[in-house]
Amino acid sequence: MAQVQLEHISKVFGEGADATTAVDDVSLTIDDHEFMILLGPSGCGKSTLLRMVAGLEDPTSGDLLIDGLRVNDVEPKLRDVAMVFQSYALYPHKTVQRNIEFPLKVRGVSKAERAKEAERAAEVLGLTDYLRRKPGQLSGGQRQRVALARAIVRRPAVFLMDEPLSNLDAKLRGDTRAELVDLHRRLNSTFIYVTHDQVEAMTMGTRVAVINKGRIEQVGSPQEVYDAPASTFVAQFIGTPPMNLLPPGMIGASDVQIGVRPEHLRVDPSGTITGSVRQLEHLGHEVLLLAEGDGGLHLTARIAPHDQVPGVGDVVRFTADERFLHRFDAATGVRLP
Amino acid sequence: MRADVPHGLRRVGRYSLLALVSAVVLFPIWAVLMQAFKSGPDALNHPESLLPTNLTLDTVRAAWTEGELGRALFNSVVVAVVVTICVMLVSLLSAFAFSFLQFPGKGVVFVAFVATMLVPAEVTVVVNRRTVESWGWLNSYQGLIIPSLASTFGMLLLRQMFLQLPKELREAASLDGVGNMRFLWEVAAPLSRPTLGALGLFTFLGTWNAYLWPSQIIKDRDHRTIQIALEGLSGAQINRFNLVTGGLVIASLPIFAMLVVFQRQLVRGLTAGAVKG
Repeated sequence: MAQVQLEHISKVFGEGADATTAVDDVSLTIDDHEFMILLGPSGCGKSTLLRMVAGLEDPTSGDLLIDGLRVNDVEPKLRDVAMVFQSYALYPHKTVQRNIEFPLKVRGVSKAERAKEAERAAEVLGLTDYLRRKPGQLSGGQRQRVALARAIVRRPAVFLMDEPLSNLDAKLRGDTRAELVDLHRRLNSTFIYVTHDQVEAMTMGTRVAVINKGRIEQVGSPQEVYDAPASTFVAQFIGTPPMNLLPPGMIGASDVQIGVRPEHLRVDPSGTITGSVRQLEHLGHEVLLLAEGDGGLHLTARIAPHDQVPGVGDVVRFTADERFLHRFDAATGVRLP
Repeated sequence: MRADVPHGLRRVGRYSLLALVSAVVLFPIWAVLMQAFKSGPDALNHPESLLPTNLTLDTVRAAWTEGELGRALFNSVVVAVVVTICVMLVSLLSAFAFSFLQFPGKGVVFVAFVATMLVPAEVTVVVNRRTVESWGWLNSYQGLIIPSLASTFGMLLLRQMFLQLPKELREAASLDGVGNMRFLWEVAAPLSRPTLGALGLFTFLGTWNAYLWPSQIIKDRDHRTIQIALEGLSGAQINRFNLVTGGLVIASLPIFAMLVVFQRQLVRGLTAGAVKG
């Protein structure tokens, strides 16, 4: 149970001309019991941010507080945080049981107590049948659960997860997403979860912090971030396919860039946006229509599969309801009121 | 073209080559065994005969008693076991420091260590002998053992192994509250067992076969290692020139037994890292 506060945190790697700013003046408060997602493309600084909370990296400047206490100079082991790594970081020579018990052994917990706790954690994650096996004899999903069991066994205040699902196949990833949400509900702890996968962000987080080039672009609930993206970056990063951005001046003033989600773009003979169909992607439940127009215009529209679908090469007119248009500053990309 | 050669013929060629190489490797061993199991006069009269006729254990027995090989074997075992254990320990600790710890001058110290590998042992033997003599360690176990305790090769070998361990293992351990020594003993060392085993075996063999250093500092019979004792046998009378081969058989037995027992360990150590595990 803990609140995590980042206050003007920056991290610079290297010195002088080689210096790279990985995290740039980030302030963020993660509330107790929250499932916070740090979302961004690779290299945006989200993992560095997580590693600073864990104590594996020191911030170059700024303050890091856990439950109101400044922990910048506190050793990782004393921060009461547990981390699940992308590679799981299991001890390959120890059995599942020994892996799960290890954090307790280090803390001097008695053997009987350790075994009891490990069995309890294994039960929560459905690992009871695998306690005697070694990590090498387990599947990716099982290893992942062992890493989670090792994290929950010491009941930390904060769970940190660094892309824990990225080594799993699509089906298993879907199942494990649901398990993690369930685990968060049962443990009632604070989760901080790093991912570049917007589906994970949308489905698991209570809030999402979208990060780009070391800075937070937007923080909000998944729906808020989707419905009202704070910048063109967020607009294009969240949503598959991404939001269409029309060239500035195509609709409205020349210093305003209009964005519209593919599901809000309608084929309409009286529409004002014109493009020729370049490709059709039939997905069964919908058709994605990809069109190109003048001035570098690229559009994607979602159409119901049983409506009349234009053919490739047809020139089509599109329209969208005024209430679904997003307005951004053409120069800065920031959302306009 | 390669593909034109029939498969069976290629196999015959390959095995013939392997048989030839094996013969070249095994010939000296066979020759020593045949000489060792001849009587002295037989060896003198028919030195060229390498066929197993008129075999006898007389020469081996004579080598054992006259060379006092029992005592020499004991000394060699003591020295080799202590050196092996200590080299493994020192290499583990130094490799850990160079792989996982950050300290001022780490790069310079590391280069200095590696640079010592460029200097052949023969260059330093005289100076080392003087140093050991000045400490009064001639004719002693500590004189045989202590100068061999640190191994740059061992440090390098294990450091390479440690650097291959995923960084996340150390990080996960540090979040779990694991200190350096605990990480070394509970994680890094067990994961390096094949490499550590190979290092132990090489160190044991090297110490067992060492001649130059023991020959410089051991003059009395009580501290002679097996290789020095064998040298004593080589000066036997002309009609028993095969006495030294009898000694060689005895000196090789412990090594042979060790190789049989640890063969898998040795091969695993040599090929560690060659194939992704």
